[in-house]
Amino acid sequence: MFKPASQLVEVRADGAARVAHQFVDADQQHSAAELGMWLFLATEIMFFGAFFLAYLVYREWYPVAFAMGSRQMDVMLGTVNTGVLLTSSLTMALAVRASEMSQRRWMIGLLVATLLLGMVFLGIKGLEYYHKYAEHLVPFAGWTFAPAGEQRTGMMEFFNLYFLMTGLHALHMVAGLVMLALLVIVACRSPLRDSSSIVVHNVGLYWHFVDLVWVYLFPFFYLVSASGSVAM
Amino acid sequence: MNGAVITTRKRNYLNASYTVRSWLLTHDHKRIGLLYLIGVTFFFVIGGLAAAVVRLELMTPRGDLTESETYNKLFTMHGITMTFFFLIPAIPAVLGNFLVPLMLGARDLAFPRLNLLSWYLYMLGGLMTMWAILAGGVDTGWTFYTPYSSTYSNTYVMATAVGVFVAGFSSILTGLNFIVTTHQMRCPGLTWFRLPLFIWSMYAASLIMVLATPVLAAALLLVGLERGLGIGIFDPAMGGDPLLFQHLFWFYAHPAVYIMVLPAFGVISELVACFSRRRPFGYAFIGYSSFAIAILGFLVWGHHMFVSGQSVYAGLIFSLLSFLVAIPSGIKVFNWTATLYKASISWETPMLYAFGFMGLFTMGGLTGLFLACLAIDVHVHDTYFVVAHFHYIMVGGTVMAFLGGIHFWWPKMTGRMYPESWARLSAILIFVGFNLTFFPQFILGYLGMPRRYHIYPEEFQVLNVMSSAGASILGVGYFFPLTYLVWSMFYGAVAPENPFGHTGLEWQTASPPPTDNFEQIPVVTQEAYSFGPDDALRGPSEEVISIVQAS
Repeated sequence: MFKPASQLVEVRADGAARVAHQFVDADQQHSAAELGMWLFLATEIMFFGAFFLAYLVYREWYPVAFAMGSRQMDVMLGTVNTGVLLTSSLTMALAVRASEMSQRRWMIGLLVATLLLGMVFLGIKGLEYYHKYAEHLVPFAGWTFAPAGEQRTGMMEFFNLYFLMTGLHALHMVAGLVMLALLVIVACRSPLRDSSSIVVHNVGLYWHFVDLVWVYLFPFFYLVSASGSVAM
Repeated sequence: MNGAVITTRKRNYLNASYTVRSWLLTHDHKRIGLLYLIGVTFFFVIGGLAAAVVRLELMTPRGDLTESETYNKLFTMHGITMTFFFLIPAIPAVLGNFLVPLMLGARDLAFPRLNLLSWYLYMLGGLMTMWAILAGGVDTGWTFYTPYSSTYSNTYVMATAVGVFVAGFSSILTGLNFIVTTHQMRCPGLTWFRLPLFIWSMYAASLIMVLATPVLAAALLLVGLERGLGIGIFDPAMGGDPLLFQHLFWFYAHPAVYIMVLPAFGVISELVACFSRRRPFGYAFIGYSSFAIAILGFLVWGHHMFVSGQSVYAGLIFSLLSFLVAIPSGIKVFNWTATLYKASISWETPMLYAFGFMGLFTMGGLTGLFLACLAIDVHVHDTYFVVAHFHYIMVGGTVMAFLGGIHFWWPKMTGRMYPESWARLSAILIFVGFNLTFFPQFILGYLGMPRRYHIYPEEFQVLNVMSSAGASILGVGYFFPLTYLVWSMFYGAVAPENPFGHTGLEWQTASPPPTDNFEQIPVVTQEAYSFGPDDALRGPSEEVISIVQAS
């Protein structure tokens, strides 16, 4: 249970366990890294939570306008994108598995697949943004869509929240893609280490979290109009 | 890379290296704690100077020292600097950074580089805010209420909000680091119920930092986007809801009060135990009550909005929940008092601060109950009664505990003793000055003087002059420690390992500690605060925590 410091140095000199100086052993370092990632994801949930609260408030205030706004969405592209993102979660999960099994080439291939699927998602998202811009549906850039009275402000709130929340989601995707690219570069240059799998594991947790946010955004923005409770 | 594990006795974290680079790129939690100490002291002075001008202006009923706009900027600058750049980081980032790994028997925090990053984010955020103040100031009050902040104010709201936003990440990273370290890096034998109470309260405060601060980030981001892009999230003219901002802001800013005061509770628990030579009465209850406060603290934000147009029924629930916070707070105060009962109390400076804390925090807490009561709040809302109430908690509570803690751990941090008689004198000055400053404000508020006005009816002048006079005494009281603590770093008596005879692991290593904290990883075999039967006279010995030697 208790190891004197001198003995620890010897363990490290063997190269059996490369751990940062503050940790006793690799297990401790791994569980610290994983707990840190979970806590970081908890902060992310609270951060997105504020925007979901705003969404709920305005959907309660403007149910008709939200249904109207939702009708402007391209459900087809949204559904395809959902499929792309969920598939990327699958490839990410397999990449984590491969890193745990020390299958380096599989891991690199699956990470690249995840990276590409993420880029496809962002591409489709960009296309959708462009369509909305062309249809003058961006509240802070050339909005002309004008049904009367309350529906107008309600629809503007809908599109404010749409761009805000999907935009923040896309920024998180970009951060995830940078992490994936770094993992691929490091994995191509050097052999897998003990610590590699925990890093891949943590990036995987982050990637799944970002996917999960989309799983809520998709029905909130694309499928509201289909909801029976919101009659026009 | 790992050679530093073995150190000679004379090497410590301060003399390990003297270069500027070794300080600015350090991963050592103790050095980062000192960097934070420099930062919070700087911002405390800035915030204090703003308060001094405010008090000077309020000497007379007319606005003869500053314009109304300048006055608005001054109290905003005071509020923002003191809350975000002094009170929030003061105890966690200075004392917490220094003590958490030491108290856990660890070599460092779990993520040392993240810890250094958090200091840089804090300084970056603070300096951006200072720039905004120099460039022309900001006049929204520290609360950034919309739509004034998002649409109408013509001051540097954006730069200030970005500064606070950035500093928020430093708070998140510190909290995350403490939680992971407490879970993963306790030394052998150090079970949860053997932890010092300082760790319990720091853990509870860290939970709030991690879970509440992101909501502030979201709220400030929305204010920034509304100012920058004109989206109408909070603007009623564009279909938005200004109350939504208040909900988001107070969902952070009320728990933030507990980020400020929970670590202070932790410091006081240590001081009371040490200077009454006793295990705190009801150890587990003091620990649990920290968590109760952290959890309840998330459910009471609506009591800032009793007169904002929030539903009366929501007000009723928020009122009830706010009353409930008094229970865990009461548990703490009663348990500290019970610890003192028939104990052998000594009166060193840190204990004077602890006594000051207990009295002032109790008054602050009890007046909080007045404010949680819906009918009374309608009368005293936005008056000096509120100002007095939260200064009793923030200054009477957190600042007293911070100074008590700084004195208590000063020998460990610097290896030098502070001058006892000067320190006692300034502790008493601060207590007297504090009460003279803020007690009259309770009366002013009850008589109806609103906060944030610099012109007031003549009948309020006597009480305002008393308050300003008290502030000058308080200022002198703060100036003394600033001077003699710096002096003591060079000329103070050399401190022994454990000058106050306390039991924590941090007292079992050298003063100042080596870079890796302990020459051998300690093993804990007893409960926390195991003062032996004779300890009333001579303090604990090595029996309390044995350092197991390798065979």
